[in-house]
This record gives sequence, C-alpha cells and structure tokens, in this order.
Amino acid sequence: MNNRIELKNHQQEMFNFRLRLFIGMGFALLLLVLLLGRFFYLQVVRHGYYQTLAEKNRISVMPIVPNRGLILDRNGVVLAHNFSGYTLEITPSKVKDLPATIDALAKIVDIEPRDRKRFKKLQAESHDFETLMIRSRLSDEEVARFAAQQYRFPGVEIKARLFRDYPYSDKTAHLLGYIGRINQADQDRLEENDQAANYRGTDYIGKTGLEQYYEDELHGKTGIEQVEVDSAGRAVRILSRTPPVSGNTLILSIDAKLQEIAEQSFGDHRGALVAIDPGNGEVLAFVSKPGFDPSLFVDGIDADSWKDLNESLDHPLNNRVLRGQYPSGSTIKPFMALAGLYYKVRSPTQTISDPGYFTLPGSSHHYRDWKPGGHGMVDMFKSIVVSCDTYYYGLATELGIDRIFSYLSGFGFGKKTGIDLDGETSGLLPSQEWKQKHFKQKWYAGDTVSVGIGQGYSLVTPLQLAMATATLANGGIGYHPHLLMEVKNSSTGQVRKVDNPQAFDVRIDPENLDLVKRAMQAVTQPGGTAAQASAGAPYTIAGKTGTAQVVGMKQGEKYDASKLDERHRDHAWFIAFAPVDKPRIAIAVLVENGGHGGGTAAPIARRVMDYYLLGKVPDPVKVAEPAASAVPVVD
Amino acid sequence: MTRRQLLKRIMAHLDRPLLAGMAMLMAVSLLTLYSAGEHSWDRVMAQGANILVALVCMWIVANLPLHYLMRTAVPIYVVGMLLLLGVLTPLGVTSHGAKRWLNIGVATIQPSELMKIGVPLMMAWYFEKHEAALRMKNYFVAALLLLMPVGLIAKQPDLGTALLISASGFYVLFLAGLSWRVMVGMLVAAVASAPVMWKMMHEYQRHRIEMLLDPTQDALGKGYHTIQGMIAVGSGGIVGKGYLNGTQTHLDFLPERTTDFIFAVYSEEFGLVGNLILLAIYFFVIWRGFVITANASTYFTRLMAGSITLTFATYAFVNMGMVSGILPIVGVPLPLVSYGGTSMLTLLLGFGMLMSIQTHKKLVKT
Repeated sequence: MNNRIELKNHQQEMFNFRLRLFIGMGFALLLLVLLLGRFFYLQVVRHGYYQTLAEKNRISVMPIVPNRGLILDRNGVVLAHNFSGYTLEITPSKVKDLPATIDALAKIVDIEPRDRKRFKKLQAESHDFETLMIRSRLSDEEVARFAAQQYRFPGVEIKARLFRDYPYSDKTAHLLGYIGRINQADQDRLEENDQAANYRGTDYIGKTGLEQYYEDELHGKTGIEQVEVDSAGRAVRILSRTPPVSGNTLILSIDAKLQEIAEQSFGDHRGALVAIDPGNGEVLAFVSKPGFDPSLFVDGIDADSWKDLNESLDHPLNNRVLRGQYPSGSTIKPFMALAGLYYKVRSPTQTISDPGYFTLPGSSHHYRDWKPGGHGMVDMFKSIVVSCDTYYYGLATELGIDRIFSYLSGFGFGKKTGIDLDGETSGLLPSQEWKQKHFKQKWYAGDTVSVGIGQGYSLVTPLQLAMATATLANGGIGYHPHLLMEVKNSSTGQVRKVDNPQAFDVRIDPENLDLVKRAMQAVTQPGGTAAQASAGAPYTIAGKTGTAQVVGMKQGEKYDASKLDERHRDHAWFIAFAPVDKPRIAIAVLVENGGHGGGTAAPIARRVMDYYLLGKVPDPVKVAEPAASAVPVVD
Repeated sequence: MTRRQLLKRIMAHLDRPLLAGMAMLMAVSLLTLYSAGEHSWDRVMAQGANILVALVCMWIVANLPLHYLMRTAVPIYVVGMLLLLGVLTPLGVTSHGAKRWLNIGVATIQPSELMKIGVPLMMAWYFEKHEAALRMKNYFVAALLLLMPVGLIAKQPDLGTALLISASGFYVLFLAGLSWRVMVGMLVAAVASAPVMWKMMHEYQRHRIEMLLDPTQDALGKGYHTIQGMIAVGSGGIVGKGYLNGTQTHLDFLPERTTDFIFAVYSEEFGLVGNLILLAIYFFVIWRGFVITANASTYFTRLMAGSITLTFATYAFVNMGMVSGILPIVGVPLPLVSYGGTSMLTLLLGFGMLMSIQTHKKLVKT
C-alpha cells in the first residue's frame, strides 16, 4: 500500500516536473521567436530606412564642444579667456610608421624636442584611436605649408581649436589654477557623475584652482551635430544641430590691478598675501609667490619643465596662501589679548614687569623676550605696540591651553576657512587631545608658553590669518573668504550674485575691541613696530608685525640674521586693516625668510592699501630689500 | 593506452551534441572577432586562449561525479556571500560609480560572477535536502537564499547581473514546483511595486530605461549604443553586407563591438539569414540542455540542469534583445560569442555540470 502511494507520487512528481520543463522550453522558444520577429522587423520591414542611415548617408553624431566660460575680475578685467588657433594632430592608429611621419612633419612645421616628448607622454596616456596633438598654435604660414602636403600624411590633420589663455600668467596661477587634458582619473570621475556624455569631444578639464572648483559652471553644455559622412568618414552635410551652451562667466571679487601690485611688491621674495573685504569676506587679492606659467600645463607639461618646477627650491607649485603652514609669530598677540580680556585673566590696565624673560614657577628655563633687558612696565596696550613677549608668556600660562584653544578656534584657527578652492590645509591649533593623539604625550605647561607668542606647535596659513584679521576688523562678525562674486549666464546674460552669508560671530565686547584696535593702530605710528612702513598714510592703519622662526635657537644664543643662511632666516609677517574705524580692507602678508615683519612685509601691505583706498599706483614699484643685519632686530 | 583509448577516455564524460553546438558558437565568435577587431588576430588569439582555459575547466567539472558537485554547493555559496560582503568593506574597489570588485591582493575579482553558478547550485542543493516533504516554508527559505546575494549585487549597483541571477534562481523555484498561485501573486506585486522601484533606482538606471523608450534623447551618451546597434542590425538586411564589409563596424560607429555588441557586427555582415542560423544553433544547444534535464536522474540534477539551460537561453535573449533595441542595455555578453574570459569560464563550468549530469547518471543509483 505504502509502496504504491510512493510510486504514484514519484510518477506524479516526474509528470509535474516534465510539464514545467515543457513550459520552460516553450518559454525559451518564445523568446527566440520574439527575437526572430524583431530581426525580421529591423532587417526586412525597416531595412530600407536603416540601409539609408548606414549605407548611403552614414550619419555621424558629432559633439560640438562648448566654449569654456570666461573668468573676470571685479571690474571686468579678463583673467582667463579663450582664443582660437590651429593645432597639428595625429591619430596613431591611422599612421603606419609614427617616428618617420613625425620626422617628415618636422620638415614642414617646426617640431621641437619638447613637442616630441609631450607627444610621447600623451601617447602613453591615451588610446591609439584618439587624436593627439603634436604641435599647438601653428602660424598661418605653417598651416598653409601643411595643407599643401596633407595628402602625404594620412592620419595627420589640422584642427581649429580654442585655447585657454591667462593674461596675468604666473600672477594669477595659484588663484585660477589651470585646465589640462582629461586623463583616466578625470574620465572615471565624469562617468561616476554621469557627465561623460557632456564631455564627449572635450579635451580639457579644470585641474586646479578656480578652474577646477567651478568646472561645472565653466564647462557649459555640449551640443550635437548630426552630419552625413562619406565612405571615408568626411562630413558632407549637416542634418541637424543642437547648439552648445557656452560655460558661464565667473566674476571674481579679485581686483586684478591690486593683485598685480601686490605680486610685484614682493620683488624676488617668496611669500603670500591675502586681502579681504572684512564686511563680506570677498577676497580682493590672492598672491602666492613665486607663481608659475600655467600655459605649460594646459598643453601638457613636458618632463624637463615639470622637473624644474617640481624640484625648484622656491617651490613655485606650492600654493602658499592655501597650503603654506607657518608659525603665526606675534601676529597672534591681538587675538591672545582679546582672549585674556574675554576670560578676565587680564584687565586693560593691569601691568606686569618685564625683565626680558619669563620663567615658569619652579623652573629655571628662561623664555626670552625679543628685547634683551625687557620692556619695563607693560600693560595690555603697550604689550601690543611694542610686541612684548614676556607679557604673552604669562598671559598664555594663566589662560591655559584649553581656553586658548577654545577662543582662538572661534576665529577660525586650526580649521579650513571654507574658501571656494580645493586643497586647503587647516593649519594647527594645538590642544591637549591633539598632543595626546599625535605624540602620545600629555600637554606640559611649557608647551603653552610658546603658543602665547604664536610659536611652538601652532601653525597658520596666510588665508587663515587674513580671515581672522578681517573678523577682528569687523568686530567679531566673520565671513568665509570667497572668490566668486557673480556668475553671468552665458545664454541669458543674467547676472546672479553669489551669496556669502555671515558665517560666525566671535562676540567681542566693544570696549575690548576698541582697546585692541587702538593698540594695533599705535603699532603703525611712531614708536610702534610698523611705524616706518605706515608713515605719511592719509588714512588710519591698524596692524601687527610678526616673526616666525625657521630655525630654533639654543638657550643664550643670539639671533644674527647676517650669520644665517638666507633660507634659515625668520619669516616676516604683517597683518593689517584700514581705515581703523570703518575697515574696508584686511590683509595678511607673509614674506618667507624676510626677517622682520615691519621691515619687509609691512611695506607690501602699505602699497596694497594705498592702491585700494587711494587708487595710488606705486611708480616705479620698489622692491623691498631683504632684512638682514641692516634692519635692527625688533618684533 | 593507444591514442584511440586516450581519446575515448577524454571524451568519456563529454556530451557530443552539446559539444558540437558549443563548437559552432565558438567558431562564430572567432570569425566575428576577426572582423570586429579590424582584421587583427590579437582578439582572435586571446579569445582562443579563453576558450582553451574554459574547456579544460569544463572537462574537469564534467568528469566529477555528481555527489562531488553537490558537495561544492554550500562552500561555493558561503564563499560567494563572504566575498560579496567583502565588497562592502574598504577592500571593495569602486570603478565607474559601482562597487563591484574586490581586491584580494594578487588580483581584482568580481564576486557576482561566482554567484551566477553559486546561487542556483545552492538552491538546487537545498531542495534536494528537503525533497521528501516540500512545504511552503522551503520555497520561502530558497527564495531567501536567492534574495540575499541578489540584494547585495543590486546595491553595488549592478542591476543587470542582479536580474540575471534572479532569473536563474527563479527557474530553480519554478522547476521545483513553486505554486502557480504564488507566481501570479508575485507578478501582481511586481507590477504594483514598479513605481516604488522606480523611485529607489539609481539615476543612471532610470536613465537607461528612459533611453530604451527614446534613444534619440541622449544620442551622445547611452542612447548612442542603442541607435548604432539598431542601424547595424537593420542595415544588414536579408543576406547581410558580407563578411568584413560591415560599414557600421569598420567606420567606427559601433561601440564595444568585440564584447557586448558583437552581435551587431555579426548581424550587419550576415543579415537575417545569418541571424536565423545563429538562432538555430542557440536553439539546438538549448534543446540539448532540455533533453539532458528531462533525463536527469536526481532531483538536484534536474533542477540544476534546467536552471543552467534556461539561464543560457535568457542570456542569449537579453543580449540580442538589447542590441536590437527591445531591452535596455544591461551589459550582458552574448553567451559563448562575446569576447571575454570570465563569462566564457562561467558558462563552460555550467556546461561541464550539464555534461556531468548527462554522463554520470548510470553510475548513481536513486
């Protein structure tokens, strides 16, 4: 009985399975028949239509590359634009003997070893069927010569292309960045963002600076042209055309003339300068010295030029404004003073006696003031004017690192400023946790002492210091520095103002603010550390000098600039804003190995302010001399 | 051993009709690759190497008795799942916006490929274990075994592979006797959830579906493939433009012409007649698969053989459907024809199993 039921079940099961298998077979057959139907439709019913498309009129869909958007300064001065020119291009897959072809070409147009090297590099980076440039910017004569002999060179052609040009060249290189050939990494990123279609036909993309940051605004929308091509693939007739949409014009808050004056004022010095409008965070000048020629990168840089730039001791490729991290030196003192007042560790009138050094209780180590013998009795006002180190050693010790950290981070120290550029570094505002994390050590009282005068672990970028100065000038209300002021839509012509809303508020007591501002103003007056550079200004200036040590000194050793190698001399800082009562411009200047801030950095700031506030063009631009032993060592 | 005996030993576990069908498809592959590769032997030789390696693997699998095959089900599935989870860790490699690959130090692998075999194998194994008394619960567990890897693969995102593995798993469920009522219910649920799915899809996946409806919308981007594929197929006509004479192919209009779009090259040069022949070869291979399935001796082998055969048919349909513009572009190669070592290997491992099922059954008593 049991057996029979099992047997029956088995048979039933087999039957069910075979039925389903049969259905599956039917399904597979149905799919194949469906395909057959589709093939019949395409290849018999619609054959004529597709035949026309493919055989008689081979339609090629060609991308039309949009014009890249312009970049202008706040007054409409052109900082980046396009011009058309001819290039000589080779498609390696269509050329039989590449070296021989290039040699033959060299007899018709000028091909330098540099062009050959660049071509080789391009070839290594791209596919054989891509068209690669061997020479850019052909002269009309060269174009004519090649055109006459083109029949000899299958796979070689002349193309009209738009080139990117930066009229201010190295003066704006760190600000604008540059465009360069799209490489595999760029291509992957474009595909990831589903933008690959919009970049068909486009060879260049923003690589650094604003060109990179605002790539989406600048690129525009690629157009489509459907063209008939003959059997050789040449365009015969345009069938339809969707025009491209040019990239938008960027209008920066930068003042090109101001930028130029600032740049030239550095002379042969290396360094950085940032000028900001304190009322809204607009960046007026953005200088990193030395710059470099961005056009080298646009065409694809050859190995030798790259090596020169990359290995130069001057580090021209380093964007000092954004990525240079330096000890702030004494420029931190106004901010430290505000911290002391805020936490009521110091009253404005409280005085200390400065014997020329500071010692921690229970220690014999002398933290020296820059002035041997000291400044005598010093209150807060005087501490800023004469830049008394001893005052701030004590102030920092009494505040303690936690309160210093908390107050200074309110001004943006130790954090990225949030400017509209990529690759910013965050400087370093040390804290107990930071030291524990990086050195596995606890924080010592001695660490705090040097933080008080902007030495020790603390590091700032010129951009951070400029932002903090602008914030102080603006009474504690801060803005992220911003470069883009307006965007002009290329097709509608409409101008869209870029919002840069207030970012933070440090909340400074008006009385405290007034004291610090007055003291900073006194810095620029007779008796102050920046008096010389500010002499004769018809507007009021508030400033603070600073010196950042490059090499440390042993106890009891004396700093003597003349004995030090130029690159081991101190970095010179100057921060300033003007006019004092209604600040319109805030500046941070760093001169690498410039020695004393009042001697080299302050004159640069003065020129920038003179132009911005008075329209005065320095004529001729005088170059600040390196501060060696000729200038007395003051801080 | 004489040469004759050696040959006999080699051929012992190979199914000749299946082998003949495969050989014809591989011949089509090499022939078309020569044309698609602009008369260069590079791709042809490389594909020849792919075929050789895959054939050796197929031979090994075909010679494994069935109980070995069954024993591999759980380990393959577990390793596959671990690798899929591994893709989510920092070892996962992102390319073109999808995280599908895993860096295992010596090489980068795509775990979803392994699951094309691992999932149906595991499900068939599971049904075999519970054959005596199949309940609703068992179907539910089997479905779960399918959905876990499919979910992980869909999240990568790799919708094409996820759908194909879903299909192969569904075939196992179907052949194992999933009730009609449940299937109809699922269909209704699928239709009802379509709007929700649409919302959950990645932008590029939606884009692909939109492009299918109107490829001209994005003539430079994804729509370009579809348009050029259709032009190639349509202009081929009844007898084709002749071998090596496809203008779409040789004027550089066809993208990916050695891989996913190889059918367009074939179809342009050999026309409807060539397509008929190709469909006939595919039908022959599929038919042989069904014969092997129908004669399979155990529950496990029936399910496995049926799933392999139906999945093969699905691959062929999806690829030719996408090139001829009735399915969205999902990146499925034309089985045994498209250039590529991985897909060749995966397919031939499946065929190895079919052959093992066909040639070992007399040795296994049920």
